[in-house]
Amino acid sequence: MKQFWAFVKKEWYHISRDYRTLLVLFGMPIVQILIFGYALSNEVKNTRIAILDFAGDSYSKELSDKIEASRYFETITYLRSINDIDRSLRSGEVKMVVIFPNNFTQQLEHQHASQLQLITDGSNPNLSATLINYINAITRDFQTHDINELSLPYTINVQTRMMYNPQLLGAFTFVPGVIALVLMLICTMMTSVSIVKEKELGNMEILLVSPMHPLAVVFSKAVPYIGLSIGILSITLLLSVFLLGVPISGSIILLYLVSLVFIISALALGLLISTITNSQQVAMMISLMGLMLPTMMFSGFMFPIESMPLPLQWISNVVPAKWYFYSIQSIMIKGLGIDAILQEFLILSAFAIFFLILSVRNFKVRMA
Amino acid sequence: MKKMRYILRKEFKQIFRDPAILRLIFIMPAIQLLILPFAADYEIQNVNIGIVDHDRSTYARELVRKIEFSNYFNLKGYSNSQKVAMQWIEEDVVDLFIEIPADFEAKLVREDEATLLMAVNATNGTKGNLGAAYANNIIGEFNRHVRSEWIQWPAFNPEPQIDVVHSQWYNVHSNYQRFMVPGILAVLLTMVGGFLSALNIVKEKEIGTIEQLNVSPIKKHQFILGKLIPFWLLGFVVLTIGLAISYFVHEIVPEANIGVLYVFGGVYLFAILGFGLMISNFTETQQQAMMVAFFFMLIFILMSGLYTPIESMPPWAQFVAWINPVTYIVDVTRIVLLKGGTFADIRFHFVVITLGGLVLNALAVWSYRKRS
Repeated sequence: MKQFWAFVKKEWYHISRDYRTLLVLFGMPIVQILIFGYALSNEVKNTRIAILDFAGDSYSKELSDKIEASRYFETITYLRSINDIDRSLRSGEVKMVVIFPNNFTQQLEHQHASQLQLITDGSNPNLSATLINYINAITRDFQTHDINELSLPYTINVQTRMMYNPQLLGAFTFVPGVIALVLMLICTMMTSVSIVKEKELGNMEILLVSPMHPLAVVFSKAVPYIGLSIGILSITLLLSVFLLGVPISGSIILLYLVSLVFIISALALGLLISTITNSQQVAMMISLMGLMLPTMMFSGFMFPIESMPLPLQWISNVVPAKWYFYSIQSIMIKGLGIDAILQEFLILSAFAIFFLILSVRNFKVRMA
Repeated sequence: MKKMRYILRKEFKQIFRDPAILRLIFIMPAIQLLILPFAADYEIQNVNIGIVDHDRSTYARELVRKIEFSNYFNLKGYSNSQKVAMQWIEEDVVDLFIEIPADFEAKLVREDEATLLMAVNATNGTKGNLGAAYANNIIGEFNRHVRSEWIQWPAFNPEPQIDVVHSQWYNVHSNYQRFMVPGILAVLLTMVGGFLSALNIVKEKEIGTIEQLNVSPIKKHQFILGKLIPFWLLGFVVLTIGLAISYFVHEIVPEANIGVLYVFGGVYLFAILGFGLMISNFTETQQQAMMVAFFFMLIFILMSGLYTPIESMPPWAQFVAWINPVTYIVDVTRIVLLKGGTFADIRFHFVVITLGGLVLNALAVWSYRKRS
């Protein structure tokens, strides 16, 4: 046991003396939390648009002002002819052109019907649909309040309650996602690379002829990473709670327990990778392509799993991060207890055991 | 010149004898472009919905039917107890539920106004928001239908109506994959240029072979050019494979002269290779280089407008986005592939990336030391 701890200590020195890597390891979750928390949002606002006003009369001006006054739009140019539309949309200068046809006011007053034309840059379909919805809403509002001033009979009102996340903060989704991603990075990538590095540099020979059991040599490399992971997990949680205001509604102990199981399964994966390759670059590529990418794609934190094609939904089931993401989201945000995430917890444990067995079986005492 | 040829020959041999790198160059674009666009679909369909019906009137049933047969929703539960519905939300059976109060129809007919309650699981902000918007749309439609039953509109419209008509250019069918594929292609170029070149040089440091290069008569710029040119060419290979996949699999037919994209791609690769070079100058081991490269790559990709619009970022983040090279390549691939942009449309991007590339490479050459 004393020997084992000596090995752990050695590995710890490896990590703690490489300050550049350490800086990145701690910097990554912090920067990610800041970016996701303060920079990225799917909300559409200040979108640059152009107005092409053929009418130039009272209602068209009033409506343009109303559009410009909303926080969704920022009118940057007034176009003069149809020929300008393509140019300004193509270069990305504006995302939408609003066109008022001739006699806008006149038609509205005399024929009680007028048309407003929108041309959007459809290359981003979601953005384009949202812009059209906003203009629709502004126009409807303009119609009922500024022109007609009437209230309609037989009205159904809808009272909406946003549960768990009343302000619709993106943080509630991405904080669990960032945690899963960073843990995967530390545990799987760092572990596999650091073991393979010993192989590549030739130190593995020395370690394997030491009086310790070869498996213990490898496990001792994994232990410091458990500590590191828990430390980084705690920092991420502190930042999210105190900086972004994401609650931890459930039990913190349960949160750490689930995380520990996930960490073990990720470490086991790292060991497994290290048993099948001898080159650091290959180990990195497998971790990056085989694990990081699926973690980002299939854990449900960036892209909704429900709207994926079925085969991809099946694949998502064998990504441990998906189950982990779901459990910590339930614990942190919904405040659910162990009974609600029992299934996920068992699946994660099964993954951990499976990967451990596989990597131990794959481990070769002799160098090739 | 002769020296240069030998250096290049060495570098190419090193790359082509490492099966891992070759595999990476062919498999990475394939996996990313074949799978990611299907997964990265923000289009939200099949929102699961539940109904709590205390009324059970004709109108209530009609509304339920309308929701059931809409394309957006899967009706997953129908009950008359709010408690049950809350349980559904907790267990993720439904994403939202609508509660119809007991006097819904009576109030609507007699008092001209009735209220529905909607509870949304907003843990996932985007999805909650969209689900609520869909539901509101359907309820609005239902409302118009109810009104038309009660009110006889005269042939001549009594209230002035503004009809909003729209057309979406460049992507008529609102295909989200069309939007994602060019962006992913851009990221791919960045990964090949930035990651691989950084790792390549650091490997020489770690294994110790850099000593041998440092005592050779090779000049500093020759060494660096020798490292840059192979990856620059590989970048073009990846770009071509990527374009082929997006043409054959995603049916993205370039709207404009594809040469523009290659010219810009060349300049961009030059810039991003310089960045990879910088990383390799400031790190000692492959592990360090990888972590640093990954760190920056993540920031670059997130802040590039690939997933979220740049306009909705706060000013400081927009500033970061505009000094981020990935922003420019993502923008240019979309302009050229989807919108049929010509060189005139990407002039600004071209100038910025050229200047950026010169600065980055100058820094890289300057910070490279021939002694350890």
